[in-house]
Amino acid sequence: MKKVFSRPESMKKNIFHYCAGCGHSIVHRLIAEVIDELGIRGITIGVPPAGCAVLAYNYFDIDMIEAQHGRGPATATGIKRVLPDRIVFSYQGDGDLAAIGIAESFHAANRGENITVVFINNAVYGMTGGQMAPTSLLSQKTTTSPVGRNNILDGYPVQVSEIFSLLPGTSYIERCTVNSPAAILKTKKAIRKAFQYQIDDLGFSLVEILSPCPTNWKMTSIESCHWIDEVMSKSFPLGVLKDLPAAEQKKKKGEQAP
Amino acid sequence: MNKVLMQGNKIIGEAAIRAGCRFYAGYPITPQNEIPEYMSERLRQEEGGVFVQSESEVAAIHMVIGASAAGARAMTSSSSPGISLKQEGISSMAACELPAVIVNMMRGGPGLGNISPSQGDYFQATRGGGHGDYRIIVLGPDSAQELADLTMDAFDLADQYRTPVMILADGMMGQMMEPVVFKTPKPRVYPESFIMKGAGAGKSKIIRGLILDPLDMEEHNWTLDRKYQVIAQKETRHELYNTDDAELILVAYGTGARIAKGAIKRLRESGLRVGLFRPITLWPFPTNELRDLAKKVENFLVFEMSTGQMVEDVRLAIQGRARIGFHGRPGGVVPTPVELANVVMRKYDSKAGIIDHF
Repeated sequence: MKKVFSRPESMKKNIFHYCAGCGHSIVHRLIAEVIDELGIRGITIGVPPAGCAVLAYNYFDIDMIEAQHGRGPATATGIKRVLPDRIVFSYQGDGDLAAIGIAESFHAANRGENITVVFINNAVYGMTGGQMAPTSLLSQKTTTSPVGRNNILDGYPVQVSEIFSLLPGTSYIERCTVNSPAAILKTKKAIRKAFQYQIDDLGFSLVEILSPCPTNWKMTSIESCHWIDEVMSKSFPLGVLKDLPAAEQKKKKGEQAP
Repeated sequence: MNKVLMQGNKIIGEAAIRAGCRFYAGYPITPQNEIPEYMSERLRQEEGGVFVQSESEVAAIHMVIGASAAGARAMTSSSSPGISLKQEGISSMAACELPAVIVNMMRGGPGLGNISPSQGDYFQATRGGGHGDYRIIVLGPDSAQELADLTMDAFDLADQYRTPVMILADGMMGQMMEPVVFKTPKPRVYPESFIMKGAGAGKSKIIRGLILDPLDMEEHNWTLDRKYQVIAQKETRHELYNTDDAELILVAYGTGARIAKGAIKRLRESGLRVGLFRPITLWPFPTNELRDLAKKVENFLVFEMSTGQMVEDVRLAIQGRARIGFHGRPGGVVPTPVELANVVMRKYDSKAGIIDHF
């Protein structure tokens, strides 16, 4: 009998602690599959964040070093600069990347560090119980915005991918989601491309993933998936925001054409 | 090796490079800017050398964490307000048992304070500084030669005990020029097994300070504490200066000790028998050595460029066996040896003996 589905080799045999319907476990698996497919398990170093994914090292069977809240890209910078032939990625949530660690993330991107950032955007602080995140939508109710996020008091959802796309140091930025099988396959392609670009020494890549958090959204898993399509992706449009290497290749081809 | 005349901050940079430091991340702050400037030039010349001017003090220390985990001898430097910002990372390195060297060229505080030499960060340095139950080794050089020697030693100690080590000096030490001889560095001893560089074909590694089970976390704390106890037993350093016949002993470190030495020369010329006890390791504090002195000397005078911080360690060491006075000049004031000599002279003559100022 042919084995068609099994645990990626880059995953440990541990059961995820994530809530039912959470996007983290899907993204973890996608990253592990990509690491396996690219054959880079032995040279990959991951930097998990503070937040729900702080225990990522319990699931990935690769070298991992914990970062303090928001500091992943700084720690990853230190590793990558010392070991330029290793594949280094940081895994960050929206509070980690877009609030407390915006400086570290922004400047790692601006320096064009040859690292990959996997950015989980679920519009809430998950681990601490559903407080307002920098990416919470306007009028979204959270435990610290009980009547809904108010732009006058709370500002606006931070468009990380759009902002980072403007930085000349970044090479590849795509926003995806994991709310359907088709979207999951697309996300895997994006993660694979991001890692491949790092292997090819093409610079900073970031994959933003709109990820369901049914527990803190107070929805069922199905409702959460619908909410991403119907509401969240209106504020955070999906798609490739920047693919510098592809654009350059296209330009080259155009020049070569008669 | 020939004697060369160099500025204090550059001496630290050169000593670090010679000790094998190949990663430096830092953020500009006066009075230590010559360190990042020197490192940016020197690391460019070294194979595998990495210099990063970070976006913040916080980023700098976390870059150092990454570099240290990846096996490089790594350093960052700053001055007081910047060191406050680095504490998050220093605490994390203590928890994860990662070696690194952190230089603090202290300036007047609290807050932004000023850029004059000060010794107001003694508590922060010797009590751990960041959150949680930990200590770091703190070295207090008082000359250009010691800046060189202790910077090299700091890398060895950091590796040996897998802990952050701090060089605690001040703006005056950083800015002054003195002749220095760079000693030959010891070869690095640091097991490969501690270095994170990808799992290869083997078992994957985790470096973390998050230990959710309180009993496991307690055990980790005790493990760290046992290490600190070994350090306290083995690594204290101090200097005795004119203490053999002394009736009064000054206790001072770093720039304070230089001033004290100048004062003692004048006092001795006037026939006053004054000596100096100079802690070189501020943590671990040379408690037993100071206590031994209190067996034969009744009067101690602590001098600091602060409102009185190390004086608490002196009291803990002497435990009421002798009288302890204090003279302090906080806020970036650097008194002259003459001023300190006058203070000592007044106290020395006092028939009531030296009275603790608290």
